[in-house]
Amino acid sequence: MPRDFTPKVITANHLLEGDVVYLTADDRWTRYHAEAELITDEAHAAIRLLDAERQVDTIVGAYLADAKDGLTGPEPTHFREVFRTRGPSNYAHGKQVEL
Amino acid sequence: MYRYSEFDRDFLAERNRQFRAQVERRIAGSLTEDEFKPLRLMNGLYLQLHAYMLRVAIPYGTLNGAQMRQLAYLAETWDKGYGHFTTRQNIQYNWPRLRDVPDMLDALAEVELHAIQTSGNTIRNVTADHFAGASADEVADPRPVAELLRQWSTDHPEFQFMPRKFKIAITGAPNDRAVTAAHDIGLRIVERDGAIGYQVLVGGGLGRTPMIGKVLAEFIPADDLLPYLEATVALWNVIGRRDNKYKARIKILVHEFGLENLKAEVEKEFALRKPLYAGGKDVALLDEIKTHFAAPEFETAPTDAYDVFYATDPVFRSWADTNLSEHRAEGYAIVTISLKKQGDTPGDATADQMRVMADLAERYGHDELRISHEQNVILPHVHKRHLPQIHAELRAAGLATANIGLISDIIACPGMDYCALATARSIPVAQEIATRFEELKLEHEVGPLKIKISGCINACGHHHVGHIGILGLDRAGVENYQITLGGDGTEDAVIGTRTGPGFAYDEIVGAIETIVRTYLGLRESAEETFLQAYRRVGIDPFKAALYPETKTRAA
Ligand code: HEM
Ligand code: SF4
Repeated sequence: MPRDFTPKVITANHLLEGDVVYLTADDRWTRYHAEAELITDEAHAAIRLLDAERQVDTIVGAYLADAKDGLTGPEPTHFREVFRTRGPSNYAHGKQVEL
Repeated sequence: MYRYSEFDRDFLAERNRQFRAQVERRIAGSLTEDEFKPLRLMNGLYLQLHAYMLRVAIPYGTLNGAQMRQLAYLAETWDKGYGHFTTRQNIQYNWPRLRDVPDMLDALAEVELHAIQTSGNTIRNVTADHFAGASADEVADPRPVAELLRQWSTDHPEFQFMPRKFKIAITGAPNDRAVTAAHDIGLRIVERDGAIGYQVLVGGGLGRTPMIGKVLAEFIPADDLLPYLEATVALWNVIGRRDNKYKARIKILVHEFGLENLKAEVEKEFALRKPLYAGGKDVALLDEIKTHFAAPEFETAPTDAYDVFYATDPVFRSWADTNLSEHRAEGYAIVTISLKKQGDTPGDATADQMRVMADLAERYGHDELRISHEQNVILPHVHKRHLPQIHAELRAAGLATANIGLISDIIACPGMDYCALATARSIPVAQEIATRFEELKLEHEVGPLKIKISGCINACGHHHVGHIGILGLDRAGVENYQITLGGDGTEDAVIGTRTGPGFAYDEIVGAIETIVRTYLGLRESAEETFLQAYRRVGIDPFKAALYPETKTRAA
């Protein structure tokens, strides 16, 4: 049986900086997970991923990541995606200090 | 150490020019990522979780002071002020921006360093014993051969699109400090009837299918080494599997095709290739390379300054006892500088620390430094009378941790703090284990114990050959850590055995403490090391301590 579709955001790395970015509903790339478009429909997700993948001169390696609705916007559900919103745990580097 | 020829310099400058143009075309949009990715990987540029990562080769782990200074300069100018030394004798920069990478490569070329073949399905940076040329137990210095192999393998047209990566390690000493048995090919320099030759191991490797290398040839005469290696790699390149990336390593060929069959085929291929080397150019080249590695002029001087400090200063003595190794020259010592201060990230050094080490090498160490696969830095040639001064300067730089070979001298891969392939974190686990045993003041009582941690099945942290190995996995969306015991990366290489079910992130440090306390409780004397005790009693007492509930159920 196919698994139920869980909500997703589209994420990638920025081409020049290499840092983590998310696709917004109005087609911008944001550094904030909470500003990402939360996609709840599987067919729409596939279309949005194609949209993202076409932007080869801005981003690298777009993919769909599980997310859920939160207080201020979408929140990551898997620990890997939580780390990607923050940066490494051994130094105060990356998004945890830059945003 | 080896100095570039004009050919080397031109080759590197040309490669860097090409890569600069490729980066420009990628940024301008005329190269897609699919087109660009293999090009950047050929030049050591990865994309990780939070940023790009540049992996720079430190050939056979050897650096001089000027090179170390340049590594510091890169860290400060284009990164966040530090670098990460890895088990593959590379240094990784975790935060470069794409636009800056060509400048970084040019800066590296100024001191004869590069990032070529630190990635991709090529022959990778050849690694060597980090005590090469210095240790008392050495048959011959393996670095000239390692340099020969580097020149042979770099841009070797036949070996640019192989089934998978290919790793070669070499040692010149019977005590294997280069983990040769865990490489696609491991070379051990041996002497037979006064002649130097090589024992060739094949098919070692860790990762998904860990295997210990097997002896492909007991003795290859020095003059035959290159054609013999070329025959071996060429054979695998042609008949090795390409259908499945996990089965594309030579260890799988050894396993599926059989060692004896492989030996026979390599011999046939060798017979075809040997005549191509008839002019002896490789032998002449090796002789030329050897002149670059002539031993420094060791001085003879009294060691009183050392003896006095050793007798009177307990901090110095403790450091000397753990961090010094026997040198082949009278009055000299090999100094291992620990990059494992308890609570810090294993293998990381700041730009300032790199400069301190460069400085010490220049002033007291015949301008030589080594990077070990255990993620530490070595001053291979130090006269003992300088040791008190060196220790004082290291201490001021936070580099005098006295823990080499002890429980906090942990190998840890970057894990999910940096690596895009990771299934769990490894760095904080290492930090917490080191801190826990520091607090318990147990480190020195426990004695020699190697813990190695990987953040996924690829095993970059060598966990299979750790006395205690830790493998971080993702179990249904939660970090989970499996433990193996009894692994060994030396000449008696052994793959560790799994204890059983894994432990959650907040349980793993406690589980390691349980193992260590179990060892302390059952060892026959303080002289019996963890590994010896494990070999005597087996895994059961450790299992019983780790999984008490299972025991009750079985009873
Ligand atoms: C963060 C970027 C890294 C990536 C993407 C990466 C990727 C990989 C992969 C895919 C393998 C398995 C290859 C195979 O079995 O065919 C591997 C093996 C290995 N890596 Fe890494 N690695 C990274 C960092 C490191 C670091 C930092 C070290 C040293 C601390 C390291 C040392 C090794 C070693 C020693 C192996 C060999 C294990 C074996 O024998 O199969 N890697 N790496
Ligand atoms: S073992 Fe896995 S997590 Fe660790 S560096 Fe290698 S690929 Fe990354």
